[in-house]
Amino acid sequence: MSKRSTGLAVAVALLAGLVARGDAQTPSTHLEAAKKEGKVVWYTSLVLPSAERVAKLFETAYPDIKVEVHRTGSQRILQRVMQELSANIKNVDVIHTSDAGHYVLLKEKKLLAKYTPAGVEGFPAGFKDKDGYYYGLRATVNAIFYNTKAMSAAEAPKTWKDLLDPKWKGKMVTAHPGYSGVIATHVLALVHLYGWDYFKALSQNKLMIVQSANDPSTVVSSGERIVAVNGGDYSAYQLKKKGNPIEIVYPKEGVPLVVSPTAITAFAPHPNAARLFTDFTFTREVQQVMADSEGLYTGHPDVKYPADKPKLNELKLLTVTPEELEKRNEELRKRFVEFFGA
Amino acid sequence: MDRSIAVWVGAALALVVLIALPLGWLAYLSVSGEHGATLGHYREAFADPALQKALWNTVVLAFWTGLVSVAIGAPLAWLTARTDVPARGLIRGLVLASFVTPPFLGAFAWVMLAGPNAGILNTLWRSVTGAEEPLLNIFTMPGLVFVVAIYTFPYVYIMVANTLALIASDLEEAAAILGAGRLAVARTVTLPMVLPALASGFILAVLQALALFGSPAILALPAGFHTVTTQIWSLFQFPPKVEQAAAFSIPLLLATALLLQVQKRLLGRRGYAAVGGKGGQRRTIPLGPWRWPALAACLLVMSAAIFLPYGVLAKGAFVRAWAQPLSRDNLTLGNFAFTFFEYGSTRAAIVNTLELAVLTACVGAAMVALLSYVTNRRLVVGHQLVAFLVLAPVVVPGVVLAVGLFIAYTRPPFVLYGTLWILFLAYLTKEMPVGYAQADATFRAIPADLEDAGRVLGAGRLRILREITAPLAKSGIIAAWCFIFIGVIRELSASILLFTPSTKVMSVVIFDLKEEGQFGAISVLGLVMLALTFATVALVQAALGRDVLGARR
Repeated sequence: MSKRSTGLAVAVALLAGLVARGDAQTPSTHLEAAKKEGKVVWYTSLVLPSAERVAKLFETAYPDIKVEVHRTGSQRILQRVMQELSANIKNVDVIHTSDAGHYVLLKEKKLLAKYTPAGVEGFPAGFKDKDGYYYGLRATVNAIFYNTKAMSAAEAPKTWKDLLDPKWKGKMVTAHPGYSGVIATHVLALVHLYGWDYFKALSQNKLMIVQSANDPSTVVSSGERIVAVNGGDYSAYQLKKKGNPIEIVYPKEGVPLVVSPTAITAFAPHPNAARLFTDFTFTREVQQVMADSEGLYTGHPDVKYPADKPKLNELKLLTVTPEELEKRNEELRKRFVEFFGA
Repeated sequence: MDRSIAVWVGAALALVVLIALPLGWLAYLSVSGEHGATLGHYREAFADPALQKALWNTVVLAFWTGLVSVAIGAPLAWLTARTDVPARGLIRGLVLASFVTPPFLGAFAWVMLAGPNAGILNTLWRSVTGAEEPLLNIFTMPGLVFVVAIYTFPYVYIMVANTLALIASDLEEAAAILGAGRLAVARTVTLPMVLPALASGFILAVLQALALFGSPAILALPAGFHTVTTQIWSLFQFPPKVEQAAAFSIPLLLATALLLQVQKRLLGRRGYAAVGGKGGQRRTIPLGPWRWPALAACLLVMSAAIFLPYGVLAKGAFVRAWAQPLSRDNLTLGNFAFTFFEYGSTRAAIVNTLELAVLTACVGAAMVALLSYVTNRRLVVGHQLVAFLVLAPVVVPGVVLAVGLFIAYTRPPFVLYGTLWILFLAYLTKEMPVGYAQADATFRAIPADLEDAGRVLGAGRLRILREITAPLAKSGIIAAWCFIFIGVIRELSASILLFTPSTKVMSVVIFDLKEEGQFGAISVLGLVMLALTFATVALVQAALGRDVLGARR
């Protein structure tokens, strides 16, 4: 608790300086309009404590504007947005999921507003939509996790292929591509690498199935299963920092990179607050908080990463395009269910 | 016909709108294609091996849940209603606790207790016996049946215990005086009298299991199998296949209609009014040396349903890592701080839940009182249809009802999606059967001859209602209020499709957290939910002057 509060205090102090600067840059009418709107509604797949932390940082910097956080899995967010629109409900301002394919779909349906957040000029190409509708707010990679009480580093699986060994039967956990965009990306990347046969073989090992990409790490920490075959490495990193018996393995074959975009909706009921919030989340300070306390990667060139975590450029990255992800989304879910049962 | 008939007709009409509308939409959607009517959705749904498997899993789950519920509920009812087993009040209290415990919280707690590897009971088992294999694996069909049944058996218990408590022993004594042995009395007098209650309890338990969403979502999905409800729910993922889901749920509706018909036959053939202001003694059967073993058996059941799950939730709320021992390092209040101060959804969800629960309970109790009066006294033509419609939502999985409501109320003139009203309608519809069953039992137990007496003396129907029926029915209706309130607090399966971020309720928040694996926050919210529930129960018991399970002491 106290550690977290200190971190928060530091961040707030940093932000105070930032806001002073921000005020000078933002036309005051812009800020006034945002204040008048009073809140911003954020549908996000960022792990809950992290999402709440970002919201708190914003509310501290702009006390007149509340952030309404709705956190759930990427696929659930898309379902919710479409379900609301079918009822003509315009509720969400900012959509942030880990399934880049969603943004292709939403852009096609003309549901996104074109907006370039301040400060993204230096971001790598993989973080930017060429048409200027969505930008990568953060990134994570899928990795293997194991429980350090159950095995030594030498015994732990090193590669994706190692997971097919029958000795892990009944001992592994996977998250679900029908819930999580991180996992949908992961499955597609490994299908590129080894084909669907890989997952067919993997399913022979009788995996426990959870939903969120943040859950395999908690399952492994508790010891309910001792190996996670996927999951965002940041969730495991956070648990490790808190002293849980979990270790991360970055397989040599490459790790699926998941860039999670954010976009403002075309129908945003609080468009000014949405722009203010989006700009805020792309500031170096907030991006740095994500890297520090959350263990995420970002596209910001000036962000410094914790020393106990590999840098993105030290990893072999497996990438997929948003377009392919969008096209094959249903196939991914269907085949996965076919092999794993639910 | 007297003027008050208008009241009844109005109430019956409201019911048609509440229940017939969403179900009508379901039926319509299930056969509507791009080019007119089609049976294609049915073909698609039932030819899909995944859906076939889900269907079969549901049959297995429901049947076994019914059986296990009878096996637990009936003996428990007999013990507390008819024997001198010690601590009867405590046992009744614990059955009540099990009855009001949200099943998904129980399922969640049992993940912590009997997950095959980290589960606390399994860890204990391994350390005591040195065994490799787990003692229990909750992520299996038997595990699921077990967890569902320990929160469903109270349905059987209530039916049987109330019947036993209301049948005077003099019939049994008469049989005994006429020379029948103990077994013969049980077989020829007691059993026939409780059989309808037993069968009704079984059917209620089966229907509960059919419609349940949370427990299978928590226990079956990780094991890689679906039930009908979880399957339907997943059919709504984007891009949604609403028509298939509708087609998938219609046969369920028919099956339940059939089950209810059977139940009615069972009860209807024996139209005895064994209750009333007519006195009658209930004799207590001495158990002798079996008193204490019997108590131990009761407590064993209760530790599975109450002590262990509540204990592990309490632990989960106060520790950093639930699978680790209760050590100084592990203890924390951080989960509470996170849940109430850092997590923005919590407080709004609690307020929403309470508002909805109070509103639904008040409106619902009033409606079921009227409707059960109408059906019991056969005041309108087609009263059987009314009774069927009120009970119909039992068979409609909440998820499916939610879809019907979603479609019905996302277009003019009633755009309710995005407001609390759509949840209110869902809850009202869904809790109607439980409230109705309670109210129906109440009116059934009030003999019509008391009212007839009033009528002979020249009172109008409303006056009879006010001065004779209402005072007699009051406590039963308060109990109905209580059941509805508690039902709303824990409702998950309809809420999961009908909520929007501004109308989140507690159960949805808990389910969200479950999908993300936030055990600490779930435990905290679970405790809050239990506290709310028990506070309500305590209030109502104080108002009633007896416990809410129904039987008189």
